[in-house]
Amino acid sequence: MLNEVIENTKLSDIVVRMVIEAPDIADTRKAGQFVVLMIDEKGERIPLTIVDSDAAKGTLAIIYQVVGKTTAQLAEMRAGDRLFSVLGPLGRPTEIENFGTVVSVGGGVGIGVAYPITKALKEAGNKVISIIGARTKNILILEEELKAISDKLLISTDDGSYGHHGFVSDILQNLITSGEKIDRVYAIGPVPMMRVVCEVTRPHKIPTVVSLNPIMVDATGMCGACRVAVGGKTQFACVDGPEFDGHEVDFALLATRLRMYCDQEKQATESTRCTCHER
Amino acid sequence: MSDNPTKKKEKIPRQPMAEQEPQVRRHNFDEVPFGYSDEVALLEAQRCLQCKKPPCMAGCPVEIDIPGFIKLVAEGDFIGGARKIKETNTLPAICGRVCPQETQCEVVCVLAKKGDPVAIGRLERFVADYERKSGDIQIPKKASSSGKRAAVVGSGPAGLTIAGDLVKMGHAVTIFEGLHKPGGVLIYGIPEFRLPKAIVDAEVDYLKKLGAEIRPNVVIGRGKTVDDLLAEGYDAVFLGVGAGAPVFMNIPGENLSGIYSANEYLTRSNLMKAYRFPDYDTPIALGKNVAVLGGGNVAMDSVRTALRLGADNAYIVYRRSKTELPARIEEIHHAEEEGVQFKFLTNPVEFIGGEKGWVTGMKCIQMELGEPDDSGRRRPIPIKGSEFVIDVDMVVVAIGTQANPVVPATTPGLETNRWGYIVADPQTGATSRKGVYAGGDIVRGSATVIEAMGDAKRAARAINEYLKTL
Ligand SMILES: Cc1cc2nc3c(=O)[nH]c(=O)nc-3n(C[C@H](O)[C@H](O)[C@H](O)COP(=O)(O)OP(=O)(O)OC[C@H]3O[C@@H](n4cnc5c(N)ncnc54)[C@H](O)[C@@H]3O)c2cc1C
Ligand SMILES: Cc1cc2nc3c(=O)[nH]c(=O)nc-3n(C[C@H](O)[C@H](O)[C@H](O)COP(=O)(O)OP(=O)(O)OC[C@H]3O[C@@H](n4cnc5c(N)ncnc54)[C@H](O)[C@@H]3O)c2cc1C
Ligand code: SF4
Ligand code: SF4
Ligand code: FES
Repeated sequence: MLNEVIENTKLSDIVVRMVIEAPDIADTRKAGQFVVLMIDEKGERIPLTIVDSDAAKGTLAIIYQVVGKTTAQLAEMRAGDRLFSVLGPLGRPTEIENFGTVVSVGGGVGIGVAYPITKALKEAGNKVISIIGARTKNILILEEELKAISDKLLISTDDGSYGHHGFVSDILQNLITSGEKIDRVYAIGPVPMMRVVCEVTRPHKIPTVVSLNPIMVDATGMCGACRVAVGGKTQFACVDGPEFDGHEVDFALLATRLRMYCDQEKQATESTRCTCHER
Repeated sequence: MSDNPTKKKEKIPRQPMAEQEPQVRRHNFDEVPFGYSDEVALLEAQRCLQCKKPPCMAGCPVEIDIPGFIKLVAEGDFIGGARKIKETNTLPAICGRVCPQETQCEVVCVLAKKGDPVAIGRLERFVADYERKSGDIQIPKKASSSGKRAAVVGSGPAGLTIAGDLVKMGHAVTIFEGLHKPGGVLIYGIPEFRLPKAIVDAEVDYLKKLGAEIRPNVVIGRGKTVDDLLAEGYDAVFLGVGAGAPVFMNIPGENLSGIYSANEYLTRSNLMKAYRFPDYDTPIALGKNVAVLGGGNVAMDSVRTALRLGADNAYIVYRRSKTELPARIEEIHHAEEEGVQFKFLTNPVEFIGGEKGWVTGMKCIQMELGEPDDSGRRRPIPIKGSEFVIDVDMVVVAIGTQANPVVPATTPGLETNRWGYIVADPQTGATSRKGVYAGGDIVRGSATVIEAMGDAKRAARAINEYLKTL
């Protein structure tokens, strides 16, 4: 059945993987593209990256972190339930080529977003080094899956509970310092993480692609909610992106715009703590 | 005193439409006018002179038999009046509410020369509402099946109209709509207080009953393209994708939080029902001092929405003067009554941000009117040194829209003009691609509901002819 939830499995306390029946999208989607879904008629339209798809079964997979009302509701759905709507594939696909050696850096739920890109880069013949990180060990996702498609997998946790004690950007810095020749970097995760990774690669002039997650409404280029500044120019992330040259992105603007509805979202989730600032 | 019936008719004044009091309605989203009662409609209908060569009809892009339907109203046959209109206009409840009658049908009514024209729009709305409420909706006869299939891209007034016409001509029709709800601007742009969404929903239901298939959540050009549709076996494609991309001022500070495009502001409020947050999940900023930039219908809809969402001060900031305001007269009048403040001859030059990157002010420059420009309107010229700051905590940019490039960019050989609008034959809607037709805002730039519908009617006839040749 169209938009039916096939499975909804917890990958960690806060991250969930959902498989949805959506044959048309599964058929045409490419790495780097996303869907917009609604849970019910009163729901918000939220964008989520397509992490994987199975054209034969007509299904696609998303991986989401529970941060507010919609993602919390999503986590409560069960196999057999139906989403009100799923729109996609949206956004420009990732430019996939054999660049040589690429490093794919994923932070938090961004690891899920990085996965399809990493996979496509590997399939295109690149030497792939993956660096993944999370706050703590038990919310780290996709370790096995990434190991299978990477030439090398490096891990960090903020609290040192697993892998390198520190940030993914430290590992990248060490890699560069150690003389590894890197042709391209992909950085996907929380805004501060992407910003720091770009600062690490900038002095070495390593092209760095980031995937931006501004607030969206229609995600078809109609509203401008998703506008970001890249190289001093306004771009719509839903149609011009979501991937951009990280060295040109105004991350401070992205961070402030992501906080626009902080107070109201608190009201919607009735939670005492808003997670906006962590993103 | 004479018994001349014309003289008697002339004594009846144009009938006003009862409406909510301004102080009440500025706090709710219910429709502003209540519509005519049966008695008032009868009276208004009697004002029509039943001209032999009615000039009003030439003013209507879909050629409604205006004296014909008004005669039926005057005779008390309201359902008959509605059916008369529906012979040429499938969406009368909508047109009666949103057509700029003062520049279309009513401006050319003979009565307008000496006084007030017949209230054609209000009568049209009245009969359409009467028919809908009676539940006595007729599903018209369809021609026998042609075995041909047409794809309609976009479900705004153009798409809805052509789908209805093509189905009646016997073709199988599928509408593809990018959003989750059909209706185009009628659903996401025009607010509830001006066009209740139940009316649009009823029209969409009617179309489904007629047999058109509607597939929401499909953006043609992403995933499926126009060529994919043709390859899948659609014999013709109509593009009614509107001119939905927002235009910004391109001045410093425009990406501050609290600054919206009108498309975003209205989509949040109307399509996503953010005015009912948190019952609905989508949030919207609640500005206390709101500036809306622009002077068209879109600007009026935005500023009146801001008032209803609790603004203390809601401004229209427009760079020309009152006489140049492009909005429908009724909307300007309603906005004034509700307490909207107009700042004419004023143009923003910079947005000022405060704490947390939220807009706190807008630097403007005073303008004066110079010589007429290409559009025939006097060109606004900035007055040097006249800058001043307006305190605002929210801004809505409603200075226009432009073509969304998704369809043209993914349809090789589809000719567009230098603004990105699709080039189409005004008589047939034919584009540079065989079997592909277009109409409405994506061809004209931002126009009107009834013009989009007129395009769709002409394109339906052309597509019907084309399909016969296959
Ligand atoms: C192109 C794109 C791809 C994304 N892919 C993923 C993904 O694969 N996995 C994942 O976990 N998250 C992803 N996100 C972010 C995800 O959309 C938000 O976490 C989600 O919308 C939050 O909704 P909520 O109602 O649960 O939280 P809310 O309480 O509504 O919001 C919490 C925070 O989420 C952000 N947010 C809210 N609404 C939106 C919106 N409509 N669009 C974007 N951000 C919003 C804001 O920062 C907000 O402060 C992606 C975002 C974009 C733009
Ligand atoms: C706020 C506002 C107020 C207005 N007020 C009035 C008024 O009072 N009177 C009046 O006459 N006119 C008014 N107008 C103008 C009028 O609404 C438009 O001229 C009219 O809607 C154009 O009709 P359309 O069918 O060409 O396009 P639209 O109504 O814009 O519909 C286009 C549809 O196509 C969909 N679409 C776009 N791209 C794709 C794609 N690639 N694939 C699938 N679907 C797609 C869109 O989502 C949309 O639903 C107003 C406009 C606005 C924005
Ligand atoms: S459809 Fe519009 S232009 Fe035509 S008669 Fe009705 S109100 Fe007038
Ligand atoms: S021009 Fe005016 S008076 Fe004459 S038929 Fe039309 S509506 Fe009636
Ligand atoms: S989300 Fe509306 S334009 Fe990008």
